[in-house]
Amino acid sequence: MSEQIVSEQITVVVNGASVVVPIGATIAVAMALAGVPCRRSASGEPRGPLCAMGICFECRARIDGVPHRRSCQTLCSAGMQVSTDD
Amino acid sequence: MIRVGKQFDVLVVGAGPAGLAAAACASEQGARVGIVDDNPQLGGQIWRTGLGDVGAELADWSRRLISGGVEILSGARVFDGPRPDIVRAETDQGLLAIGYRKLVLATGARERFLPFPRWTLPNVMGAGALQAFVKSGFPIAGKRVVVAGTGPLLLAVAAYLRGKGAEIAMICEQASRASLATFSLSLLGHRQKIAQGLSLRKELAGVPFRTSCWPIAAAGNGVLKAVLISKGANFQKIDCDFLACGFHLVPNTELPALLGCRLRDGFVEVDRLQQTSMPGVYCAGEPTGIGGVELSVVEGQVAGLAAVGREDAAERLFGEGRKLRKFAHALERAFALRPELKSTCLPETIVCRCEDVTYARLKPYSSWRAAKLQSRCGMGPCQGRVCGPATEFLFGWAQDSVRPPVFPTRIESLVVSASEAEQPIVH
Repeated sequence: MSEQIVSEQITVVVNGASVVVPIGATIAVAMALAGVPCRRSASGEPRGPLCAMGICFECRARIDGVPHRRSCQTLCSAGMQVSTDD
Repeated sequence: MIRVGKQFDVLVVGAGPAGLAAAACASEQGARVGIVDDNPQLGGQIWRTGLGDVGAELADWSRRLISGGVEILSGARVFDGPRPDIVRAETDQGLLAIGYRKLVLATGARERFLPFPRWTLPNVMGAGALQAFVKSGFPIAGKRVVVAGTGPLLLAVAAYLRGKGAEIAMICEQASRASLATFSLSLLGHRQKIAQGLSLRKELAGVPFRTSCWPIAAAGNGVLKAVLISKGANFQKIDCDFLACGFHLVPNTELPALLGCRLRDGFVEVDRLQQTSMPGVYCAGEPTGIGGVELSVVEGQVAGLAAVGREDAAERLFGEGRKLRKFAHALERAFALRPELKSTCLPETIVCRCEDVTYARLKPYSSWRAAKLQSRCGMGPCQGRVCGPATEFLFGWAQDSVRPPVFPTRIESLVVSASEAEQPIVH
């Protein structure tokens, strides 16, 4: 019923550390695999993705220098730089 | 970087089942059709592509889009409509102005989230959200998951996660067993849905399923470790790695409302041909009423055909639409939220996650608008998409009117928007 394609792996950098993800994975997944929360809330709580579909903005992060990108809607490409500092 | 000048006979916003069906049907009648969607790939939520795993229905509709010559604009989020024949979208590359003669809005639905103590802990996610997360590459194998909330989505999600190697510790459905029994009767006459139900039952064999049960609190230090669920007047603690919790669906009506389409009871009002109160603007799928994927596909086809003047062909689908709408009403009744869910918040429970506004801070207000102005509830980047439906349920607050941009937009896009608003579009 479905078409299977063999997936390969690529590396992205999350807060300075390399993370290996399958091709097609989102940055939100890379951050989860790196074990870091996506952001800190206004009162300092760690937060991760809630909706995983671009609605809640909990997964926003700085990706390749652009702040506040929704990591759940951004596909990883090799060498992407992600930081969760803002 | 600004790209201006896309022009279509029919522009479809949203590439889920309704949007794909609309775009395919319109293009097959010879119209020049574009489809714009904020996700990187086609399929919307329900037909979301897993890694290298394209479902059969999405593959079929995609083939029809391609053979119809539909231009696909993925990764582009529509944020306003400055003129009745243009919408504007933001992409990673910049601003995109898209002209159209007819517009089909197929903006889909999102999950309804209800707050409970510590629901802001990482690894508390929506039910559909965890499924989407796994399809986006997260390895769920070996993780222990509690699935909770309400609606048929819970079973589908649990079955999917189990199929990917997760251990489903429990499924907690807030509706009562009696409601579900009545709902099962309404399935009679829907052979496809009965088959789906039986298949899910098989896939979920041995998984504890509890009705009249909902999350009381999440627990953990920095990340989820356990969930407390109601058990009659008492509660039970379940250790888990993830809580997948969604309380059915809320329609995405922000863009239709912004473009002037009339809403009724929270849904976009349409005629039999899916035309909204705005001539030439059609709406299909969940924004017109939460009815599921089959109804979305029917409505999408009707909208696509009607948009190119093939009312005759559209009419042939009315019977199917009527039957599926009856099912949608039964669904709504069966999974109506129980009032006890209004009392799960503690005073310190965060309701608005963007601005960290607590239940205690919101309780004194009498309206959404007053709460927004005084507490900043709903003023963050999600623009109330999460806390709006929650406060509507908790406090009965009606939502405000919508203003552009309907999504937070980079300042460059807004500046460009303002300076170009009166310029004619370049064809």
